[in-house]
Amino acid sequence: MSGAKYIKEGEKIKEAILESGIKVKTIYTPEDVAHIDYDRDIGNSGEFPFTRGIHPEMFRNRPWTTRQYSGFGSPQETNERFKYLIEHGQTGLNVAFDLPTQMGLDSDDPQAEGEVGRVGMAVDTLRDFETAFEGIKMDSIGSGLTINAVASIMLAMYQAVAEKYGFPLDRISATPQNDILKEMVGRGMWIFPVEPSIKLIGDTIEYSSKWMPRTYPVSICGYHIRESGASPVQEISYAFEIAISYIDHVLERGLNIDDFVGRLSFNLDIYGNLFEQIAKFRAARRLWAKIIKDRYGAEKQRSLQFRMLAGGGGAGLTKQQPENNIVRGAYYALISALSGTQTMALCSYDEAYTIPTPKAALISLMTSHILQEEMGLRDTVDPLGGSYYVESLTDQMEKLIIEEMHKVEEVGGMAEAVASGYVQREVAKLAYQQEKSIQDGTLPKVGVNKYVVEEEEKEVELHEYDPRALDEQVERLNEVRRTRDSRAVERTLKDLETAAKAGDNVMPYLVEAVKAYATVGEMTSVFKEVYGVYNEPSIF
Amino acid sequence: MSEKKRFRVLVAKPGLDGHDRGAKVISYLLKDIGMDVIYTGLHKSVEEIVSAAVQEDVDVIGLSILTGAHIPITEKLMKQLNDAGAEGIVVTVGGVIPSRDVAKLKALGAKAVFPGGTSFEEIESFFKEGLPGLRQAL
Repeated sequence: MSGAKYIKEGEKIKEAILESGIKVKTIYTPEDVAHIDYDRDIGNSGEFPFTRGIHPEMFRNRPWTTRQYSGFGSPQETNERFKYLIEHGQTGLNVAFDLPTQMGLDSDDPQAEGEVGRVGMAVDTLRDFETAFEGIKMDSIGSGLTINAVASIMLAMYQAVAEKYGFPLDRISATPQNDILKEMVGRGMWIFPVEPSIKLIGDTIEYSSKWMPRTYPVSICGYHIRESGASPVQEISYAFEIAISYIDHVLERGLNIDDFVGRLSFNLDIYGNLFEQIAKFRAARRLWAKIIKDRYGAEKQRSLQFRMLAGGGGAGLTKQQPENNIVRGAYYALISALSGTQTMALCSYDEAYTIPTPKAALISLMTSHILQEEMGLRDTVDPLGGSYYVESLTDQMEKLIIEEMHKVEEVGGMAEAVASGYVQREVAKLAYQQEKSIQDGTLPKVGVNKYVVEEEEKEVELHEYDPRALDEQVERLNEVRRTRDSRAVERTLKDLETAAKAGDNVMPYLVEAVKAYATVGEMTSVFKEVYGVYNEPSIF
Repeated sequence: MSEKKRFRVLVAKPGLDGHDRGAKVISYLLKDIGMDVIYTGLHKSVEEIVSAAVQEDVDVIGLSILTGAHIPITEKLMKQLNDAGAEGIVVTVGGVIPSRDVAKLKALGAKAVFPGGTSFEEIESFFKEGLPGLRQAL
């Protein structure tokens, strides 16, 4: 299961084995798809089971959204970057937060040292959101918020800032990442234990389904699980099992499946074999529709539609000959378009050695435009549909995803599989296998283990860290602390604690605390006090 | 110390960074080549790393740092190891390390530096051939 492998006789390929273990045949014929019934298994786009796409006209009606990751240093710089990207045709924003914010720490916390504003925007209080979203039309442009453990706090901030700037809540659209289980598998930005973390996600789903109906409260991420080493099959299986654990939790609260499931979306990864990825997305779309219909009895068409961001991943890029990554990114974008994505994002070519430069980010954005404007990717729906190979592969991928899901369910479902370290172990083992395959050359990587070009060593350009950013951020924070109504802060934090202890939905209390300019650290401390903190299971 | 001794390695992730694919891959590699491996998990302070190293009586601390803060972290670790009387523990540093910093890290006391892209072979050779000498010299 490690990497697309080739067994060769001289130059001739004897066997091609995909990462998922599928052996690719030399030629696919009608026989390979004889068991597939068009109406039952494929269907037109916009119709169950949505193999070809979730909307009848797909990109003819509206091209995919392009959403490059952005957010640097200060809220002011982030605001400037947003305006620059919007000016160049970006149709959705994506906010990166610095690590202290992601970990619920204020910028002046000793643990935040050296990290304030380094990999994204520092957010301490509502004041920072006010600066970042100044002049942004929040009723017509949606925002991805790349935040998980404290996503509930950031969603409350998003609401508060929209209200402040006069945008009605039923018009704004936020997509907080808000997928904590994948943080525990890869990416690592977790704070609270598994169960209360899922409870917080339940709060955001329940709350937004009532008050912010255009918000996508959770973006379930196969992406980071795959970046951590999982196979394409595991990526989808684990993402689905994560989704199931959130859905089951929310259903226990008495919500109807049709009230919220259509607002869950997926964030998935692209690198590796082109056809395997396309089949993966088509299989995922079909299987998701079946799960939501058969397992949960959803009735609304919208509930059955699998919405995704399919993004070109960093794990496929190389530090060697970084310009080759522009080419890889273009193919990843092509895969994304051929897979009928809703949103596209690409890692920029220089990400293997630095935080993307504006020029590299612009190339990624233009890659998407070139596909839409010059290459005919908007002309017709699912152009690969009906290909003997792609349909056969889609079918095989679906079966493998189901098998892998069963493995997780056998160990007690995803919450248990993460708490015990089962998933982390599976993924880490595969990451090791894959690295070995690259080192021994069985998994070909151009410029790394094949066609290596002697080049001047590319120096790693670490993002210049400006210590003044810390001073300025702390100064802003202190100013807010000086000028806010401290009794209101105290009262709203107390109310938050009471609600958290009682197991109530904390969202309305977070909104009040945010509006009183309580800090992210203060609100997180309340949660830590009530919920405790997560301990990583040992996997070695 | 006999040649058969199994060395104990603490693979450590200091700071807030959550990217541990590399640390886990290296942990598997070290296990494969016969080391006893303990992985600290994420978000550890230097204090926690030193105390784990002393408590677990390890021979090596392998720091994995991807944030660019490798110099200050290594400096702090070396100082605290000294303060704890554990200066004999061999320290290696891996991660996103610009080549201009390799010499600086070695000057701080790191016995080996493995920037991203280092071959398994090189790591294996350090642990199998370099390490026994370093530990015997104590």
